[in-house]
Amino acid sequence: MTDLKQKQSRPHILITGAAGALTQQVINRLRDHCDIVAVDFREQVYLGDSIPSYCIDFNQRSFEDLFRRYKFDGVIHMGRIMSSQLTRMRRYNANVLGTQKLLDLSHKYGIKRVVVLSTFHVYGAVAYNPALIDEEAPLKSAGLSADLIDSVELENLANIYLWRYPDLNITVLRPCNIVGPGVRNSISTLLGSERTPVLAGFSPMMQFIHIDDMADAVVLAYNKTQRGIFNVAPEDWVAYQHALKLCGCKTFPIPSIPPLVPKVLLDTLKLRSFPSYLMAFFKYPVVIDGRAFAREFGFQPRRPLKEIFRYYRDNKKPV
Amino acid sequence: MGLTSYLRSKLVSAELDNQIDRIRKPIGTLGYDPWGFNNDGMKVGFSLARQLYEKYFRVETTGIDKIPAEGPVLIVANHSGQLPIDGILIGYALAARQNKPRIPRAMIERFFPTVPYLGNLLNEFGAVLGDPTNCAKMLANGEAVIVFPEGVRGSGKLYRDRYQLKRFGNGFMHLAMKYNAAIVPVGVVGCEETIPAIANIKPLARMLGIPYAPVALPVVFPAKVHLNIGDPMHFDNREIPEEQVTERVEHVKAAISELIDKGLSERKRLF
Repeated sequence: MTDLKQKQSRPHILITGAAGALTQQVINRLRDHCDIVAVDFREQVYLGDSIPSYCIDFNQRSFEDLFRRYKFDGVIHMGRIMSSQLTRMRRYNANVLGTQKLLDLSHKYGIKRVVVLSTFHVYGAVAYNPALIDEEAPLKSAGLSADLIDSVELENLANIYLWRYPDLNITVLRPCNIVGPGVRNSISTLLGSERTPVLAGFSPMMQFIHIDDMADAVVLAYNKTQRGIFNVAPEDWVAYQHALKLCGCKTFPIPSIPPLVPKVLLDTLKLRSFPSYLMAFFKYPVVIDGRAFAREFGFQPRRPLKEIFRYYRDNKKPV
Repeated sequence: MGLTSYLRSKLVSAELDNQIDRIRKPIGTLGYDPWGFNNDGMKVGFSLARQLYEKYFRVETTGIDKIPAEGPVLIVANHSGQLPIDGILIGYALAARQNKPRIPRAMIERFFPTVPYLGNLLNEFGAVLGDPTNCAKMLANGEAVIVFPEGVRGSGKLYRDRYQLKRFGNGFMHLAMKYNAAIVPVGVVGCEETIPAIANIKPLARMLGIPYAPVALPVVFPAKVHLNIGDPMHFDNREIPEEQVTERVEHVKAAISELIDKGLSERKRLF
């Protein structure tokens, strides 16, 4: 009887982006006391017998069947396709239209908690950025490159639903660079490389958060029903080229002026980890202020920068 | 990085190392703050500034101890001389004072972050992009911030306009009122003569995307510099119309003007 009661009281959570290392960390933290269903837009991932896992396009009608079958209490949306993946059109379909479908279904099926993982890229890297950017700052990224529009649009959608449907209790997280074992984003690839490109004469300030700390942050956010938008970043900073040095990377400088030169070069080289549309992020700083999240959710990152960089130095080809 | 390490080994003594480390700074585990200040880079900057301050410009500073030892402070000065030499000298004077030194932050033109190498270097030495949000966050952190309310109007002025204060923006006063920061006026005499400009080629400046393109000799003259520091001024945070804020700004401007006149009367020779 007690077992049955306990089983009934376990919250049902839909987690998107199951193929990502961060998502799997979040699932591991929640699986003992929650019933999780994992989905991914790109591939089906085996996460153990107790966790149903699906490869599904959110825009397909069959996606709604999951909501009917599992009666979710909450959604953690970590399935944003990164700007280095797929084509612009497919990303738009997944990130913008897919998110809209997800939020519509969440509203229709009475979901009480939604956490959306966004990125600090939405702020955009421009020369006039102040440091410690607040959540209220304008999102300039869409003006920099068409490749970042879907990330900004995803946020705009989440914001509209946040105010239109307060019962969804949407929390949007904008983390700084997520790095560490298993992370496959651009910055992690760069830190793990033997030779890393830099823009000559530019070494912007950057923030890094360890994947374990970020997983803790997502779980903290999910567990406290506090609507809103929050930056997630530790109170520690380092210049890009100094970080590369600590990771044991050799740098190769790309001419940085006039601005057209690096753009043409990067467009020609087509480096996956150093694409031309992210060029500004290696030139100008986007330092975010994560103090509101730390205060509101009692978040304290535990892995210092030195530990993060030691991992990359010791594992030049991270998994 | 390589250049910084080399300069550091050549310029930074163990004594200076200790001296800078003892000054309280809100920095992270790798010696950086959010604006790019770097504790090691600062030591190199400090050593270079010492040469400029003591040997090249032979600066005479009066009243440096009037700058409060802690809490938010806006150090407000007249701007001149095409390059931000005045900011470097005021910064050094405060960082090198015997009694409770502080490392102040200087607000710099928006053009600098776009310049390769120089932008990052200035940030490492403590300079910060002149943005009201930056200034507000630093005052909230209890830092001392050097501001030049004349902006490029002051630094880009011609030699014939020397020691004439240009229009002051009101932004610094709003920030001082909001963050309860003391305003310390500073009169800088001597920097006007370091790079005397006779004209400004505006079309060239527009083409290059820089604030001004002065017609001047490509040399920085070793003019003797006098820094006169005034008494701290405090302004309450009452809701007042902009007109009264401007009056307060004029009050600060008058104090700086007096300090400039004092410096000019004390000055015995240009070099």
